[in-house]
Amino acid sequence: MKTTKKIRVLIAKPGLDGHDKGAKIVCLALRDAGMEVIYSGLHQTLDQIIQTATEEAVDVIGLSIMSGAHLPICEKLLAMMKEKGLDDIHLTVGGVIPYQDIPQLKEMGVAQVFPGGVSFEHIVTGINALETGEK
Amino acid sequence: MNWHMKKKRKSVLNPNIENILSVKEILSGNKLAGARVIRLIEENDPQAFELLKQLYPYSGKAFIIGITGSPGVGKSTLINSMIQEFRKLDKKTAVVAVDPSSPVSGGAILGDRIRMQKHATDENVFIRSMASRGEKGGLSRAAKDAVIVLDTMGYEIIIIETVGAGQGEFEIANLAHSIGIVTIPGAGDGMQAVKAGILEKGDIFIVNKSDKPDVDQTLHQLNMMLEMRNSSRTDFQTTTGTDWTPKVLKTSAQNGNGVKEVVDTFLSHFDFMEKNNTFDTKKDEMEILYFNALLKDLALEKLLKYIKTSDRYVETIKEIQSCKIDPLSAAELLTDKLIER
Repeated sequence: MKTTKKIRVLIAKPGLDGHDKGAKIVCLALRDAGMEVIYSGLHQTLDQIIQTATEEAVDVIGLSIMSGAHLPICEKLLAMMKEKGLDDIHLTVGGVIPYQDIPQLKEMGVAQVFPGGVSFEHIVTGINALETGEK
Repeated sequence: MNWHMKKKRKSVLNPNIENILSVKEILSGNKLAGARVIRLIEENDPQAFELLKQLYPYSGKAFIIGITGSPGVGKSTLINSMIQEFRKLDKKTAVVAVDPSSPVSGGAILGDRIRMQKHATDENVFIRSMASRGEKGGLSRAAKDAVIVLDTMGYEIIIIETVGAGQGEFEIANLAHSIGIVTIPGAGDGMQAVKAGILEKGDIFIVNKSDKPDVDQTLHQLNMMLEMRNSSRTDFQTTTGTDWTPKVLKTSAQNGNGVKEVVDTFLSHFDFMEKNNTFDTKKDEMEILYFNALLKDLALEKLLKYIKTSDRYVETIKEIQSCKIDPLSAAELLTDKLIER
């Protein structure tokens, strides 16, 4: 049977911030790029994100964070991913992320960072690149 | 622009994960292993086919419920409340939620689980979103195969959520043991349901959003339709009393009103089928339909491959191009030749 591969992405909003317009629009852009996008909704705990990523067997987790807590959230989530055997999933983060934090996020193991102002094309090619192994 | 078409993707799985993909892990209920197998099924990976072959003998224990209805009637919200009721009865519950793929990009936004996220951290609940990938009616073999995996993982209740009832081998009636059809007050859905022929397939009719006006009218309409359906049937089952009389219920899924009754009714439908031995008959029928669907897929694929690699095929193409034969006669001739052999 013909194999049919599609990139599956989980878009998740951790924590208390309640603005998900951006996350929803990114969902649309990724769908239009031919990906299958699971949107978790607002106010997700890290446990919920881990369980959702496990059950949905995604390739990429995209966090949308506007609260300023991106550093501790990413660090904790990466540790949990490793513990639960999800270390083959790429973690990306977008939202309100100061440029000076990007090197630290990358060093932690965040695969891609998409701060406010980047184009959809940038996000789509960024995620595609992860899946073809070109970092 | 089709970004996903540009580059060939690497394998979905990294090598360390691959060794958890065993029958043993799946039978023990390992979520990571189960989820990855379902992913391979969706991708039509040959490895998944091999695993399914080994898993199949362990399947057949779950009670499979189909929930269908138009977009926006509250199927996901209802299922969320149903999970809660099934968990109160200590039943391991899984959901396969099917959403349509975009016909333009082939991508999809799968948002059904937003309404069920509060169950995400429950060890005994498994929710899997699935894109229809161009199947009419939104159900494909992948949905059926995913149910087999969840069944062998030990989920006692498996709920399939889909927009529309599907068609052919993979319509909801052929995948689930019991069908719930969800509608809302007003909207003329009573009439729509009859038109689509779905009335014949429903075991439980659920009028959701029952806090809205016109709910009694919708209930009345549905009851009347069902009465007509019963009186017009003269077959063996109705006279022997082994035929289930469909139930009409009302719910307000958002606050959980009436959902316990829905769950109880599904369970009593199961008991009814077991008592009258129709459950096994249904399972046998479903198995044969599954076999036929697989046969169709494999036969088509193998035969086409055989035909298209033959010299005869190349010659025929040339003949069509040089106007020696029309495409209709050519297709007929080629398939007839094949059968002769």
